[in-house]
Amino acid sequence: MFAEFLQFLLSGVTVGAAYGLVALGFSIIYNASHVINFAQGEFVMLGGMSTVFLMAAGLPMPVAVVLAVLVTVVLGLLLEKLAIEPARGAGVVPLIIITIGASIFLRGVAQVAMDREFHAMPPFTGDAPIMIAGATILPQSLWVFGGMAVMGMLLWYFFARARFGKAMLATAYNPLAARLIGVNTRLVLLCSFGLSALLGSVAGILLAPITFTSYDVGIMLGLKGFCAAILGGMGHGAGAVVGGLIVGIAEAMGAGYISSEYKDAIAFIIILLVLFFMPNGLFGKRTTERV
Amino acid sequence: MTLLKVEALSREFGGILAVDSLHFEIAPGSIHSIIGPNGAGKTTLFNLVTGVYAPSAGRVHFEGRDITGLAPHRLAAMGLSRTFQNLQIFFNMTALENVMVGLHLTLDRRLGAALFRLGGVARKERRARDAAAELMRFVGLEAYLDVDADAMPYGALKGLELARALASKPRLLLLDEPAAGLNPVETEEVAGLIRKIAQSGVTVVLVEHDMRLVMGVSDHVLVLDYGRKLAEGTVDEVRANPDVIAAYLGSGAAGGTHGA
Amino acid sequence: MSQALKRKLADPRTGGLLGLAAVIAVLPLFLPNNFYYDVAIGAGLSAIVCVGLNLLIGYAGQISLGHAGFVGLGAYSSAVLTVEFGWHPLAAMTAGALGVGILAFLVARPILRLRGHYLAMATLGLGIIISIVVNTEAEYTGGPDGMTVPSLMFFGRELYGEAVWYWIVGAALLFTVWLSLNLIASPVGRALRAVHGSEPAAEIAGVDTAHYKVLVFVISAVIASLAGSLGAHYAGFVSPANVGFFRSIELVTMVVLGGMASTYGAVVGAAILTVLPQLLTGLEDYEHIAFGLILMLTVIFMPRGLVPSFFTIARNRLASAGAPPP
Repeated sequence: MFAEFLQFLLSGVTVGAAYGLVALGFSIIYNASHVINFAQGEFVMLGGMSTVFLMAAGLPMPVAVVLAVLVTVVLGLLLEKLAIEPARGAGVVPLIIITIGASIFLRGVAQVAMDREFHAMPPFTGDAPIMIAGATILPQSLWVFGGMAVMGMLLWYFFARARFGKAMLATAYNPLAARLIGVNTRLVLLCSFGLSALLGSVAGILLAPITFTSYDVGIMLGLKGFCAAILGGMGHGAGAVVGGLIVGIAEAMGAGYISSEYKDAIAFIIILLVLFFMPNGLFGKRTTERV
Repeated sequence: MTLLKVEALSREFGGILAVDSLHFEIAPGSIHSIIGPNGAGKTTLFNLVTGVYAPSAGRVHFEGRDITGLAPHRLAAMGLSRTFQNLQIFFNMTALENVMVGLHLTLDRRLGAALFRLGGVARKERRARDAAAELMRFVGLEAYLDVDADAMPYGALKGLELARALASKPRLLLLDEPAAGLNPVETEEVAGLIRKIAQSGVTVVLVEHDMRLVMGVSDHVLVLDYGRKLAEGTVDEVRANPDVIAAYLGSGAAGGTHGA
Repeated sequence: MSQALKRKLADPRTGGLLGLAAVIAVLPLFLPNNFYYDVAIGAGLSAIVCVGLNLLIGYAGQISLGHAGFVGLGAYSSAVLTVEFGWHPLAAMTAGALGVGILAFLVARPILRLRGHYLAMATLGLGIIISIVVNTEAEYTGGPDGMTVPSLMFFGRELYGEAVWYWIVGAALLFTVWLSLNLIASPVGRALRAVHGSEPAAEIAGVDTAHYKVLVFVISAVIASLAGSLGAHYAGFVSPANVGFFRSIELVTMVVLGGMASTYGAVVGAAILTVLPQLLTGLEDYEHIAFGLILMLTVIFMPRGLVPSFFTIARNRLASAGAPPP
């Protein structure tokens, strides 16, 4: 009984950690620009798929990983530069539509440039399961937790200590005031996309050995990361991580105890419940609109 | 008989009281001004009265009815309207259509009639156009009837907001900085318009920084500072009040930041 | 031509409708076989959905990323209620529309009081849940394989075949466009546009913004459901293929490309994006790239969409041609 529960919990926490990374990406861009970047999931897909294809081309894994992250970050920067920046000042709906267009476009490019197959990526360090109190966990899961912990800490340091991180927070709080005190808000916006792409690709690479990857994994991973961001409170860093873990665990428990067919629906039921009953999420602040 | 009564009204933003236990009454049939240094809480007060913000404490009564926290569209139906400091124009419409939105509550709003064009919708729409055009003439915008709102100059947009507000036939009209951004000639026109509106039986309350406008049109002035009432009375009384002079000249007024 | 007649023809409600009717009437002359009819019917059904969706996106400034779910619910209501429960097709269609309307109301009511992107998220979630349910409840829906749907009967006559359905869909499209034009030219339509223009200003003008947002969302969902039912009876078959997230995005793309806040734009957008994939056969792999690019490029470079931009250019040309020499 307990072993079963623990098994579900462990697998939930593993995917939840990845959702948390995706949710962080949503939050960073949302803070910098109030844009909901629906292409976030494609960063996850690009990270995993690029690594697989670079390895297939004969590159050793560490090199492939670094290159894949770089490729994704460059695409993230290009997305901001070519598609978001020219449409700045447009309303929420047009910007949502642009990022949706970008996500479909990136998915299409991946499908043409790479392929439409499912790919397994070898785990970083072996695949011998580790036993914990009757449940098993793959070494790769530890990589996912570790990856999230490291990225989370780096981000915390970046926003709490680094000068540019503070500038990003200032922009999130009040773009006009930030500009007045000399923050380059355009650069902040650009970097937010780069940073989100970085987080997304890392999540995609960490997760790929566990869940397989293909050109269209970005849809679900992106949307679930998005659920996590909403649950945690859009724009709230720790909230994104907690939201990711809750969505991941709820999904694993739901699949295990209720119905595996409805596993994918659980995140979306959470979204609806959150929007109905606490639209600001677990940690989000109430905002008052000025007129 | 008071038209608007504000009792112990407060609103805090992040621990700071933008409006602090404010009491005042507005008598019908006159022009009232609310003045005060930047950040005195004037626009917040408007937003509290018109249901844009919910107050942290206190009540607002309009014609003897408690309207605290009612949605703006309910207030509009009761005879209260306003303009906005940052223009709120429907830029996706023509000028005339902007004013026609102001007539919304007087028009046939049944879905069935709209979908199937029944019940004389076409005829009623023509009548609404005429009424809106009449209001645009009243504010001196007859040249802009079918012009797209996004092609109109700033001064004309301020007039357009007035016409739209008047279209809902308010008994109380709140004007948030009607002269902001206007040149002296345009300000003089606005002053004339405000008098004309008041003469037609609408009680006007304005928040304004332009002291010449305030002193020129007001029957009654309320001075706010740090969200509290500093002084109240006729133009002459307020002008002679030493607290008001101190607040405006800065002597004795404490520094620091507070919410707008 | 008399001045009054000219004005009537320039009015979108008479001139535009006559034009659309003429196009629908003449188009069969250029449709050599049933395959072309099928594409035209598909375009017409999409156009009906888009006219409704445009009321929501273009006029009221809200967004739905789950409209394919409503189309799907309509289609499956017609399929399941007739096949599994023996209902009359018209009763099934009505029940589907009613159910979708209630569902849309229940979802929109709490969410549309909030501003911004919340509706996008909620509709996205709802659409995906619908698609998962349809795929999973195979006992009723046939799961991923889909299920057959009986023909629609009309006074004892079976409505069958492309040639018949072309006229049914054509008439339904004309009727929907007429309703949409009427709505927009009424105080209700003006209230919708006011919600888009400025919510604070709409409120103080007496417009109950939450009410109108819910109303337009429900209307557009019901139209989608009815179109879904029609499509199910036409094809005689429903499957989850067209209920998913990507189909919802396709519908949004049609509205955006044709022109937000333009009823005819929605029709044109639906027609183009239904025909385009047919022209690109053999290039299916590039469909995603094409749709993504069209979405991005339209919003960035032609935010008002094809039809409104075209009319602005045409009007400016006319004005400069007709202007007296300096």
